[in-house]
Amino acid sequence: MKISDIVALLEADVLAGRDGLEREVPSAGGCDIISDLLFFGKPGMLLLTGLTQPSVVRTAHLMDIAAIVFVRGKSPDERAIELAESLGMPLLVSPHSLYDCCGRLYVLGLPGVIGSTRRLQAECA
Amino acid sequence: MQLTEIARTLDLTARSGEQHLSRDVAGGCVSDLLSYAMANAHAGDVWITIQVHPNIVGVAELLDLTAVIVAGGQEPEKATLDKAKEQGIAILTSRETAFTLAGRLYELGVR
Amino acid sequence: MTLRSFSHSYPVLGGAYYLAGRAASDVKRRLGEQKAPAEFARRVAIATYEAEMNICIHAISGEVVIVMEGERVDVVANDRGPGIADIGLALTLGYSTASEKARTMGFGAGLGFANMQRCADRFQVSTQVGIGTRVEMTFLPRPGESPGGAEPCS
Repeated sequence: MKISDIVALLEADVLAGRDGLEREVPSAGGCDIISDLLFFGKPGMLLLTGLTQPSVVRTAHLMDIAAIVFVRGKSPDERAIELAESLGMPLLVSPHSLYDCCGRLYVLGLPGVIGSTRRLQAECA
Repeated sequence: MQLTEIARTLDLTARSGEQHLSRDVAGGCVSDLLSYAMANAHAGDVWITIQVHPNIVGVAELLDLTAVIVAGGQEPEKATLDKAKEQGIAILTSRETAFTLAGRLYELGVR
Repeated sequence: MTLRSFSHSYPVLGGAYYLAGRAASDVKRRLGEQKAPAEFARRVAIATYEAEMNICIHAISGEVVIVMEGERVDVVANDRGPGIADIGLALTLGYSTASEKARTMGFGAGLGFANMQRCADRFQVSTQVGIGTRVEMTFLPRPGESPGGAEPCS
C-alpha cells in the first residue's frame, strides 16, 4: 500500500518526508517498546507507535523502516521531525488510536510483520 | 446570474469558498439523495440540500457545482466546512426551506 | 485524447463515509490535468464515485483500481462484503439494501448502479454472497465529447 493512501486512510498529517509518500510498504506493525521494534522490525515496513522521542526515528532508520505513524495525535518534537526530514523518512500523525489505525490497515489487506510469539518460541527452541 | 447576486437576494450566508462568489450559476438541483444529485445536477448548478456531512463537498467537487446551499437552518458539520475550504467549494446556508429557496431561485430566472 | 499510462489501487474502508470519494476525485483531477473532455471526465468521476460509495455503504473493505491508457479508462471496484443476493433486484431503480445510517446521510437512493450503467461504456457486476462484489467498468470516448460538447449522461 502506498504511504499516500495510508495518509488518507488514517486521516494523518504529514510532518516530514513528503517526498517519500509515493513509496509502497508491504507490511506494518504497531509497537510502543523500542526493544520490540529491534526484535520484530522488518525492512520496508510501516511502524505505528505512540512513542515520540527522537530515538524512535533513529532506531527506525537503522531497521530500514519505511515510515512512521504516530497515533493518538501525538506529535514528536522538532528534533525528531528534523532528523526524519534529513533521513527522508515520512512521519505521519493520525488522530486515531493504535488499535483503530492498525485495524483500518489490516482490514484493507496490509499484512503484519509481528507474528505469534508462540510460533517464534517454537522456532527459537 | 452570479452567485453574489443570488446570495444577496436570498439572504444566504457564505460559510466557505467566499472567494468564488463571483461564479455564474447555470441552474439548480434540489435533492437530499446524493446519487440523485450525481445523476441530475449539471456543472455550474447550485445544489440545494439539507444534508450537512462532508460527502456533499465531494459531490460538489466531482460535478463542478457552483455552490451547495444548505437549507432549512441546517448547520454544516465542521468537517464539511473544513473540507469545503480545503477544496475551494462554496457552501452557503439559509434558514428558508428547500422549497422556498427553489421557488425564489426559479423566480429569479435560475432554471 | 491520449491518456498517459497510469494505474493505482485505492483502498476503501467500509463505513468510513468521510474518507470515501478519493478515487473519484483523483481520477477526475488526473483526467483534467491531461485535458480529457469535460464530459468524459464527468462520466468517469460519477461512476467511480458510485462504485466507491457502494463499497463504503455495504462492504467491510475494498479497493477501486483505476487504469488509464490511451483513449480508455478501466475501473474495477472490488470488495469483501456481503455480496448481492439478487443482482436483478439490485439493478432495479430505487432498490437499495443500504443501512438506516446510510439513508439518513442521503445514500441508498437505489440509483448507484443505474448511474454507473449510464456513464460507463462497459459495465459488469459479479458477486458471491458472503464473499463480496466486483464491478468492472470501461470508459471510451463518445461522439460529441469535446470542450463545449453536449452532456452524455442526461
